[in-house]
Amino acid sequence: MEIIYVYTRKRSEFGRPCNFSDRPAKVSVDIPPDPSMASGFILRNPVDSYVQHTSDMSEHEVNTERVEVESRGVNHVEGGWPKDINPQEVEQTIRFRKKVEKDENYINSIVHLGSLMEHCVKQNNAINIYEEYFEEEEVAEVEDEPPSAKTINVISKLTSFFDVLLSKRDPNVTKRTATHLSWHPDTCKKLAVAYSSLEFQQNMKDMSFDSYIWDLENPNKPELVLKPSSPLVSLEYNPKDSHVLVGGCYNGQMAYWDTRKGGLPVEVSAVEVSHRDPVYGAIWLQSKTGTECFSASTDGQVLWWDIRKLSEPTETLVLDITRKGLLENALGAITLEFEPTLPTKFMVGTEQGIVIACNRKAKTPAEKITSTYSGHHGPVYALARNPFYPKIFLTVGDWTARIWSEETKESPIMWTKYHLSYLTDGCWSTVRPAVFFTTRSDGTLDVWDFLFKQNDPSLSLKVCDEPLSSLRLQDNGCIIGCGSKLGTVTLLEISSGLCTLQRNEKMLATAMFERETKREKILEARHREMRLKERARSEAQETEVEERPVESPQEVLDRARKEFFEVIEAELQRRARAETQHLHGKVKGRVGEEAAAQGEESQLPKDKEEEEEEKDAA
Amino acid sequence: AEVEETLKRIQAHRGVVATIVINAEGIPVRTTLDNSTTVQYAGLLHQLTMKARSTVRDIDPQNELTFLRIRSKKHEIMVAPDKEYLLIVIQNPCE
Repeated sequence: MEIIYVYTRKRSEFGRPCNFSDRPAKVSVDIPPDPSMASGFILRNPVDSYVQHTSDMSEHEVNTERVEVESRGVNHVEGGWPKDINPQEVEQTIRFRKKVEKDENYINSIVHLGSLMEHCVKQNNAINIYEEYFEEEEVAEVEDEPPSAKTINVISKLTSFFDVLLSKRDPNVTKRTATHLSWHPDTCKKLAVAYSSLEFQQNMKDMSFDSYIWDLENPNKPELVLKPSSPLVSLEYNPKDSHVLVGGCYNGQMAYWDTRKGGLPVEVSAVEVSHRDPVYGAIWLQSKTGTECFSASTDGQVLWWDIRKLSEPTETLVLDITRKGLLENALGAITLEFEPTLPTKFMVGTEQGIVIACNRKAKTPAEKITSTYSGHHGPVYALARNPFYPKIFLTVGDWTARIWSEETKESPIMWTKYHLSYLTDGCWSTVRPAVFFTTRSDGTLDVWDFLFKQNDPSLSLKVCDEPLSSLRLQDNGCIIGCGSKLGTVTLLEISSGLCTLQRNEKMLATAMFERETKREKILEARHREMRLKERARSEAQETEVEERPVESPQEVLDRARKEFFEVIEAELQRRARAETQHLHGKVKGRVGEEAAAQGEESQLPKDKEEEEEEKDAA
Repeated sequence: AEVEETLKRIQAHRGVVATIVINAEGIPVRTTLDNSTTVQYAGLLHQLTMKARSTVRDIDPQNELTFLRIRSKKHEIMVAPDKEYLLIVIQNPCE
């Protein structure tokens, strides 16, 4: 039965004021019970019902106010004198002292204390109780404490206090990624961090553009606020002049600051001649004037600048590996690498996974690009030369980190295993030749010691829950700063075992790198031989089609799929075993499994590619 | 007189730089150093001795502080505490 109530009004009565009146309740509908419908229901006896008796709890959070500490000095004045004696008056103090000395108690106690004291004084004179015996033997001790690292400081961008002052419109503060870190060249007590949001078109109106220079002694308030016209993606201190910094902006401009002059850039490059995409890499060059730098961006250009004249770049290079200099073919650059000891060469890591080595002093633009190294499946996020062996460099991208030698262009000489999460940044240790650090997008920092173990990192630290986006090692090799996606910069101090040079390490590292390089060279030579033979054979027998037991593409696919699932099964079983061991690894294990499944799923197309490549070569 | 003798004897030992006697309130009664340094030592060591004494007592109420030795890179400061006075000697331990 339908209950409808219709309300009608004359058009001429629209807009009239309402007259409300009260009337008693009126029954609109009365539906009596219908016993015949009871047959459609079944009586249930007993009925399960639950009761809970707990006390009502409410959740409440309290945050203590952070105490602002300020350093002050206190001046001590002589005190303790009894009220009637003025400490400035010499006579009174002398009189007081004489009175004390006449006291019998004084005499007794002093005599007693004197004998006690004499005993110790004589002891000191007789023998040095803290003498170091067996000093030489300590050097031979082997450092066998497990490698560890300790967080010494966490700088979270002071969003609440600071930014509310700047953007009064919106109390929520948007978190930005700490995209680049640069240590102060001399003191290493200051850290410049560039903050920007790298998500495409996620820029919200109230996101502040500032980047900060932090002093390590004071993690609450930045020492200096840099105010560019667009957020900074990269930021570097000038190694020669520690007051000057250059920054690459999100909109492609370059700007430079002088910390003595404040937070506004001294000069900004003109928009027309700058990059068209965020400037991901900006590095200072070695030059007599100390004012030259160069920058790279995903628009495919590398530009050289002199900061005294930022209105136009001094030189440009288009990253086109077909060497034609066409911007359409250019690869986008994500990282830039420059070693002051090799001033004419530099390397660029691209979005397409290729590393390009270039020579700045080449005559024609075509010759500027000397060689390319391809091997990564995704953008090369970090590129670093080994400070001890300039020919060896490290690239970090997709799920692995690879070590290359300049001579072998086809493949890396060493690489890490495929991880479950992206690797976002990496750098070599400045102290030990075979140690390097990588950060992952699950918030973990890995320390690899390739001389010791190549399968796993020597130390894996979960720094935070959000992805880590940048990493920078201080020059002394002990302190690392990592920046995360939400803008938190964490400083870690690594245990001395990982940052002191061991006895034969240099020799062993040299031997290891040479061995791997030789192995790759031999493999390369073999591949080349086989390819030549292939070509010769196919040229000689052009008309005849050779009968080879060729697997059809379908069979290749089936084989690949079968192998892939076997790998997944083994992995799942291993994880199930690990799960039962951990108490609260339950949730994490499941999440890990999903990530593992995802990670390995995307390996399938690569596995297929690799297999086809192998077939072609064979 | 005996006091004089004792203090002179201590001062005469090899390596002893200074001797200070302070009373319970921290006032230097006898000293071989200049006033400002003495006052500094007196104030700081007095507080430290009080703290050390109370620490020893807290750990074991039956125990009490008999001697306090602070060895630093340059000298060794020795403090002999008493109920009312403090005898402080600064020595260069020979090595």
